[in-house]
Amino acid sequence: MSQTPSTALGGRSTSGSRLGPPKLTIIQPSSGWVPLHLPELWSHREILYFLVWRDIKVRYKQTIIGAAWAIVQPLMTMVVFSVFLGHLARVPSDGVPYPIFAFCALVPWTFFASGVSQSANSLIASSSIITKVYFPRLLIPTGRVLACVPDLGLALCVLFGLLFFYGFRPSLAACLWLPAFVLLAFASALGVGLWLSALNVKYRDVQHAVPFLVQIWLFGTPVAYPASLVPAPWRPLYALNPVVGVVDGFRWALLGTGYGPGWMLITSSLASLAILVTGAFFFRRVEKTFADLI
Amino acid sequence: MSDLAVRVQGIGKRYAIGRRRQSSQPMLRDVLADALHRPVRLLGDLARRWQPAGTQAPAAREAPPDHVWALRGASFDVERGEVVGIIGPNGAGKSTLLKILSRITEPTEGRAEISGRIASLLEVGTGFHPELTGRENIYLSGALLGMRKSDIDRNLDEIIDFSGIDKFVDTPVKHYSSGMYVRLAFAVAAHLESDVLIVDEVLAVGDVAFQRKCMAKMEDVHQHGRTILFVSHSMPAVTRLCQRAILISEGTVQKDGPAPEIANAYLMSSLRATAERTWPDPASAPGDQVARLRSVRVKTKDGDTAPSIDIRQAVGLEMTYDVLVPGLVLSSYYDVFNESGICVFVAHDLDPTWRRRPRPCGTYCSTAWVPGNLLANGTMLVGAALLSDNPFVVHFHHHDSVAFQVQDSFEGDAARGDWSRPLAGVIRPLLSWTTEARDGIRPQSAT
Repeated sequence: MSQTPSTALGGRSTSGSRLGPPKLTIIQPSSGWVPLHLPELWSHREILYFLVWRDIKVRYKQTIIGAAWAIVQPLMTMVVFSVFLGHLARVPSDGVPYPIFAFCALVPWTFFASGVSQSANSLIASSSIITKVYFPRLLIPTGRVLACVPDLGLALCVLFGLLFFYGFRPSLAACLWLPAFVLLAFASALGVGLWLSALNVKYRDVQHAVPFLVQIWLFGTPVAYPASLVPAPWRPLYALNPVVGVVDGFRWALLGTGYGPGWMLITSSLASLAILVTGAFFFRRVEKTFADLI
Repeated sequence: MSDLAVRVQGIGKRYAIGRRRQSSQPMLRDVLADALHRPVRLLGDLARRWQPAGTQAPAAREAPPDHVWALRGASFDVERGEVVGIIGPNGAGKSTLLKILSRITEPTEGRAEISGRIASLLEVGTGFHPELTGRENIYLSGALLGMRKSDIDRNLDEIIDFSGIDKFVDTPVKHYSSGMYVRLAFAVAAHLESDVLIVDEVLAVGDVAFQRKCMAKMEDVHQHGRTILFVSHSMPAVTRLCQRAILISEGTVQKDGPAPEIANAYLMSSLRATAERTWPDPASAPGDQVARLRSVRVKTKDGDTAPSIDIRQAVGLEMTYDVLVPGLVLSSYYDVFNESGICVFVAHDLDPTWRRRPRPCGTYCSTAWVPGNLLANGTMLVGAALLSDNPFVVHFHHHDSVAFQVQDSFEGDAARGDWSRPLAGVIRPLLSWTTEARDGIRPQSAT
């Protein structure tokens, strides 16, 4: 028999030389609610890193204007909002110039909206991987939301440029709150994304509902108008939308308007946490069916 | 070394029929519509439940009929360092078993334990992205298959070297030829460091040279003590790589034992191969209005029908057929294929009795004798045909009509001589050999 000279596997250490007993994997049917297995997620963190790295790399490779796309989208929306809502409809803007008022909200909103749409489609888009190799599926939607972070960073740079242009000098103390608001936006986008992506595997028309959902959500969020426009008795209900806390927080930190940290932010954070935790458990519950359904 | 790497106990997987088809994907709108109809249906259910006992259909208590077991009650153990081939017809449950063991899908019942790091290769190029370069895809695919970034960093040069595409490693893989793509993908897979490797049919791609490279790599992996579960349709690959094979058919483990034995059993059963085949009803027998095939069999020199023949013995191929139209010049024909689907030989009737002569109606029997010490050991599949030339017409050509095993002899007088290890080759002719020392030295004694 012909033996091709082999190089690669020769002389490499196998498990025999590793210390300790080999890892035991037990495969059996699960039923009902399953734990999240956070240690397993942690042990697969490199896959998350490579999934995010792939998404970012591909996105900036495929488009000619690449990074510019991340800026153009909120900027154009700002122009449209300013002309039609700020200038023609005279929507109040808490005494701030309308363009910066709108853009300050559009930056975190765009991050949330793209995070939701990207993650909602993530499992369907990864069907070839899901049916061929095992790793915790939670990493797929998580990676998609994380891959939106560089776009957010670019948009934030433009936001700071505009702030200086309009003469705003946000205090450092207020800016230190921004990461918390970004984290809230991330958690909200991931929570919604987990629900939608898992539902999307089973019910394929979810993907058609997602753009519609995001559009409605935009009007339920104080992006084009100030939160103060909502009647006071309705505000507790309004704050259940986690993005309300994010957008209001951005305006509070950078423009000095809005409500800032308070019961509305706490409500939004709790709502976001609730969506994230239920989303993660729902995702885990249906995860075992993905490879069969997709 | 008798510790177990894999233990499978009663694994089963049930699928809903039609669930895998796109057309039957449930839509959210259906669920919403269903929810609206539910109050109505609930009333119907209640009404049915109020029926007196005994009038309900007994089948209602059976398992739901819209489910099918792709695999059921699979149990086996695999020792550390063992290489096990999993064979069986398409749709028998092999892939389901592999998907369960690689944790892609969950079993419906049963339990499996795997000790050590698991890597599964169910396709070539898992996770490859066409826009990324070869180098980038090495990292992406490697990570998805379970390699650590540090492992990939360390092996990067070796992987690129093994793939043989070093010039194009910074080109996006969408510009690769399919051959280059496969080479790169396999180079990544070959550097997986796992204790248990689960491989599905990946050797089916690529050219012959590449397949050899893959086989050599798998043998190498085995020599380093890894456990391999290997699904394949290629019986030579299974018998070469694996000491042991498991035959899965209709969702259950049918046979488990030494690889050559199981592979041959599978070949014989999957082709429903027998040493003799007859068609009692001339109307349904293979053929046309000129001739009908009535029987084909494999026989020994003594005339006995034999499913297995010693490699040193001649084997007779016999076909019986009815000629229904007089006055035609007919020629009977055999083709013989081995278990890999390679055509070993074809032969035309050379008997001068009816050669080039028009035949009257009647029943004819054509026998061809294949000499001993010609075929290699293994399974031979015989096809029978009857042709007429000028104009050329195939009256019948029945493929894989009968089969027989060529049994190797280890008594020293066959072509293998005193060699006891597996031998390659489509044929194994007994050659006439001479070996002489140039200086006229003669052996001391003939012990």
